[in-house]
Amino acid sequence: MNMNVLVVDDYQTMVRIIKNLLKQIGFSNVDEAADGKEAFDKIQSKEYGLIISDWNMEPMTGLELLKEVRGAQAAFSNVPFIMVTAESKTENVIIAKQAGVNNYIVKPFNAETLKSKIDSVLAA
Amino acid sequence: MTDMAQDKSYERGQVIQIINSVIDKMEQNTAPTHEIVSHIAELAQTLDKLKKEIAETDAGAAKEEQIRSATDELDAIVSSTAEATNDILAACEQIEKYAEENDIPQIAEYVSNIYVACGFQDITGQRITKVVGAMRVIENKVDRLLKMLDDHVGPIPGAPAQVADLPADTSASNSNEPVSIETVDEKKDLLNGPQLPEKAVTQDDIDKLLAEFD
Repeated sequence: MNMNVLVVDDYQTMVRIIKNLLKQIGFSNVDEAADGKEAFDKIQSKEYGLIISDWNMEPMTGLELLKEVRGAQAAFSNVPFIMVTAESKTENVIIAKQAGVNNYIVKPFNAETLKSKIDSVLAA
Repeated sequence: MTDMAQDKSYERGQVIQIINSVIDKMEQNTAPTHEIVSHIAELAQTLDKLKKEIAETDAGAAKEEQIRSATDELDAIVSSTAEATNDILAACEQIEKYAEENDIPQIAEYVSNIYVACGFQDITGQRITKVVGAMRVIENKVDRLLKMLDDHVGPIPGAPAQVADLPADTSASNSNEPVSIETVDEKKDLLNGPQLPEKAVTQDDIDKLLAEFD
């Protein structure tokens, strides 16, 4: 698939894992960012068809990134956004949904879950 | 209850009893001055004994050496597991490349399982970070206890020389209190890291919750 995907996580190993799984699914254009701020800079300068982000990062969290993206007066404000995180409390899911997340994957996840959530988000 | 616990319980009760007795007598102005002075001296002796016992526990050394050593060890675990995981991922990438070149598609599925399993490094890293955070709270409390005792009963052997200007103690919040979605501090209250398996919300639970918004 030619779509550009941005993977955001402060754990380099997790970035590498998600990138490899995305490659297996068929995404070949995958960029990475180590936190929300770096991600937002990239989103402003390049068109992405999907963002997959962790939550717990400094200095800008995944939730803050989501709010920045959704609040921007720009074409990218509606880009599909999947949160992939170990933060699995009910209030986290609700707040992320209220902020405009398209889907939410709790770590540890399997390849099938990642694929099904991506399919679901891109089909919507 | 152990002998030590009984001793501590007795001393705490004894101190409270002496303080109350002194306050009562001073308020009622019924006791002769020498009796009040005697009670205060008794109180001072008890505090002195307490100070010696705290010194024997070597709390300052625990803070300076053991806690710091433990956090260093935990940091080393995070680094070494990250390094090992990257080695495993690199090997998987080579296997995957070989499978592609030789048209062995089944290999991709097996490698995919290894990729996913390597996610343990992220989860364990976050868990260890939580433990390090908890140890820093303990370290902060030891500092404060030593500072308090230093102020009131004199220097404690083994205590760090400078314990003033400590950061505010923010560990008192009760994580068991229900969280209000409207008032939650998103930066602090929502960053809890991985949950223990018996407490964790599953992907199915999350899917059902998200479906309620549709």
